[in-house]
Amino acid sequence: MAKSAKSRVNDFVLKLANVNGTGSASANSLLMKAIFRMGVPVTGKNFFPSNIQGLPTWYEVRVSKDGYLARSGAVDVMVAMNARTYEQDMREVSAGGTLIYDSTWPRDRLLSRADIRIIGIPLARMCNEHFAKARTRILMKNMAYVGALTALLDIDRTVIDELVREMFASKASLIDANMQAIDLGMSYALENFECPLETRIKAMNRTSGHIMIDGNTAAALGCVYAGATIGAWYPITPSTSVMDAFKAFCERLRKDPDTGERNYCVVQAEDELAAIGIVLGATWNGARAFTPTSGPGLSLMNEFLGFAYFAELPAVVFDIQRVGPSTGMPTRTQQADILAAAHASHGDTRHVLLFPADPGECFELSVAAFDLADRLQTPVLVLSDLDIGMNDWMCKDFQWDPAYRPDYGKVLDASTLEDMPAYHRYVDRDGDGIPYRTLPGVHPRGAYFVRGSGHDQYGSYTEDAVEYQQVVDRLLKKWETAKRLVPEPIVRRARKPAKWGIVSVGSCDPAINEAIDRLARDGIQVNYCRIRAFPFTKKVQRFLEQHERIFVVEQNRDAQLKSLLALELDYPKRQMHSILSYGGLPMDCRCVIDAVRAATAQEAAA
Amino acid sequence: MTSIAKPKIVHEGLRRNALGLTIRDYEGGMSTLCAGCGHDSVTTAIIQAVFELSIPPHRVAKMSGIGCSSKTPAYFLGSSHGFNAVHGRMPSIATGASAANRELHLIGVSGDGDSLSIGLGQFAHAVRRNLDMLYIIENNGVYGLTKGQFSASADIGTRAKRGEVNRQPPIDAVQLAMALGGTFVARSFSGDKEQLVPLIKAGIRHRGFALLDVLSPCVTFNDHEASTKSYAYAREHFHPVVHADFVPPTEEITVAYNRGEVMPVELHDGSRLLLRKVSDSYNMHNRGAAIDYVRAHQREGEFVTGLLYVHEGEPDLHAVNGTTSVPLNAVEYDKLCPGAAALAATNQRFR
Repeated sequence: MAKSAKSRVNDFVLKLANVNGTGSASANSLLMKAIFRMGVPVTGKNFFPSNIQGLPTWYEVRVSKDGYLARSGAVDVMVAMNARTYEQDMREVSAGGTLIYDSTWPRDRLLSRADIRIIGIPLARMCNEHFAKARTRILMKNMAYVGALTALLDIDRTVIDELVREMFASKASLIDANMQAIDLGMSYALENFECPLETRIKAMNRTSGHIMIDGNTAAALGCVYAGATIGAWYPITPSTSVMDAFKAFCERLRKDPDTGERNYCVVQAEDELAAIGIVLGATWNGARAFTPTSGPGLSLMNEFLGFAYFAELPAVVFDIQRVGPSTGMPTRTQQADILAAAHASHGDTRHVLLFPADPGECFELSVAAFDLADRLQTPVLVLSDLDIGMNDWMCKDFQWDPAYRPDYGKVLDASTLEDMPAYHRYVDRDGDGIPYRTLPGVHPRGAYFVRGSGHDQYGSYTEDAVEYQQVVDRLLKKWETAKRLVPEPIVRRARKPAKWGIVSVGSCDPAINEAIDRLARDGIQVNYCRIRAFPFTKKVQRFLEQHERIFVVEQNRDAQLKSLLALELDYPKRQMHSILSYGGLPMDCRCVIDAVRAATAQEAAA
Repeated sequence: MTSIAKPKIVHEGLRRNALGLTIRDYEGGMSTLCAGCGHDSVTTAIIQAVFELSIPPHRVAKMSGIGCSSKTPAYFLGSSHGFNAVHGRMPSIATGASAANRELHLIGVSGDGDSLSIGLGQFAHAVRRNLDMLYIIENNGVYGLTKGQFSASADIGTRAKRGEVNRQPPIDAVQLAMALGGTFVARSFSGDKEQLVPLIKAGIRHRGFALLDVLSPCVTFNDHEASTKSYAYAREHFHPVVHADFVPPTEEITVAYNRGEVMPVELHDGSRLLLRKVSDSYNMHNRGAAIDYVRAHQREGEFVTGLLYVHEGEPDLHAVNGTTSVPLNAVEYDKLCPGAAALAATNQRFR
């Protein structure tokens, strides 16, 4: 028998080990949603294979009354449904934790541990006895463990029932079977084990005003609200759900109620070279257009991204980063496209980047991306990642300001053109480096040639050194203007003065915040600057200057954010220390804590 | 400078179109291509066709990729918006432009390298999408700007100016487009303006993708004896099978025609095409037979010209998508943004 675990009410990690393609995903998200509806902060992370059916997949649910939503690194309750990974799954359970397995088949005596509680439930046998069809038996095994966990973790059964009814609202015939499977698991647990466990759920009120949503859905919603009408894409994991969600939202929200006509157009392109081309063809005509992609797609888009930079066309690209290089690990997360995105394409190019840290920011920054792209007449790349994009995060309710109007930037209309003696595309009339543009079909005087070849400020082809330099130098001025327009970083100050700071981007955020709290409890104070955009603003420069040492936390091997900081800002490279996490799983806070503690110890020893 | 502005002199007696514009209003900059280049004749034909169709120049968008042919949009329709894309990628620009602004007339000019080598994928998918545009390939079998390498349309046995002989089979844009489901497939010769101008007009008025493959000799690198894309070869092996006359919607058909000899095709805007068979054995109603005919004559070294296949009424990009009839770039933001109440309702779906 396992030693008594300390009470982990509303503070534990539940991990479910399944076989891909067996329908476990809906059961697992049902569990997570139930906990959320009981008012307890929760997050779910899906570690899935690049495969349709048969390979191992895991789902990790962190329950945290304090609202910590990063991975903790511990596993308190493991549901081991995959015989192939059983041994590894068992090893992963933290001492004092619980392992639940399907006891239909005998378990190898050796695959046991004395320091954890092991609960066997004959899930397959019960389902085989109660359900006739082979596929149903497989699917219902999942609902049976949902039932068992409902009893063991003290999840509110009425919430579970409500979710089942919602889930199968359009397939009511399936409700009974699912309920029956839940009953089977629940009864077995209640009859055979002491329920609930010490590790369990207790209803609270910490999730009201919040939603559970993934970043790709949120980004798509942002595109709808920003007024984007054209989406072009080539399917690629993990970005595909951006366009799936955009289409679904538009079907509901963008169809003319009278005619059924669509106020949007989605084009599934032949490849990413075409996807970005379609975006540029659309923005050239003044429509808001976007393309979601991931690393390999970004590589293919390079030529057109350089074109858009030089010809000054807006574009919004969502790069839902996955593990590189090359094909890498398509279903694992990383932040390894930072440099490739910042400098996409040959020649002197630099692009505006936005770094959302959660689905809430995916929504907000997606709208901001369209405004910036139009205002600056240049591509804006939103660097999300698989962790944000495909996992459900708990976020504050999305808000919309009815007063919002899109900033279409400097676009000349027909009457303005009519009154102008002449129009020239690339003349900097306002001294901010941003010229005025015109749209095809509006007025004969607005006609000009969009070209990626050398051009002068009037838009004419040139091979003249002075005329060429005038244009590219003006683009630099525009880059300076961008620094005043992009979102500022979020700075979190320690309660006490801190000489060390953390700088990071995107999905590292929950792990860093948890690490800072835990370090503070040990008396280690650090400030934190979460960068939200490139080019870096003055506030980022000031944050660096204020600290003796900067820990740059990021999810790639080569310290790409640190490299970019060193290139762009004035701060000694030797004072920047990297904390890197790049194995492909979402970051857990221990890597930050360990690195800062080690540095503290080293300094004390010196 | 590769584009030189032309001094604009308008003579009193110059013919004016329905908009009161003269042909000078449809011209562009001075060509900087080699003297005698076939592409310049295509440029002239485009100018004449758009002038005669009385389309306001600023309602046309002219697009191209990279190469000699792709330079030509600078030489016609100076008051039209232009887009000189990256190599082989003009079809995707056209797709986006059409998606955003369905009322614009799109004319793409490309070359055999641009469309049949680096841009073959995008070309094929524009045909497949039945994108509403006129797509002209100025086909000369060689890369001019990089000094005379073979392109993918070079025929077997063709000798390059430097002596190299091509052994690879050509990719024929016409056969390809017909096989891909193209709804308007035509071929012509830059030296035959009588055939070219009506085909350009018809291609602009056709709703859907109109391919016009124009044999357009390169005088510098591919106009010699061992070339199958020279002026001399073209004149000798030119094999017109269907002649197309274009009749705008407002005009009555005055030419007398006998049923069976001339087939009228009505286009979406009410204009008509009068197709006259030149070759008895050609069947322009049958896609498979048309491909076979073109291929058989290609083997004999002949290139078949005319409007080789046309089918009006196939759904284009927007018909398939069910897009609103208002160009998407003109739909008011209020119609696009679902608003705060809808967002509150959306939040409810994620609890």
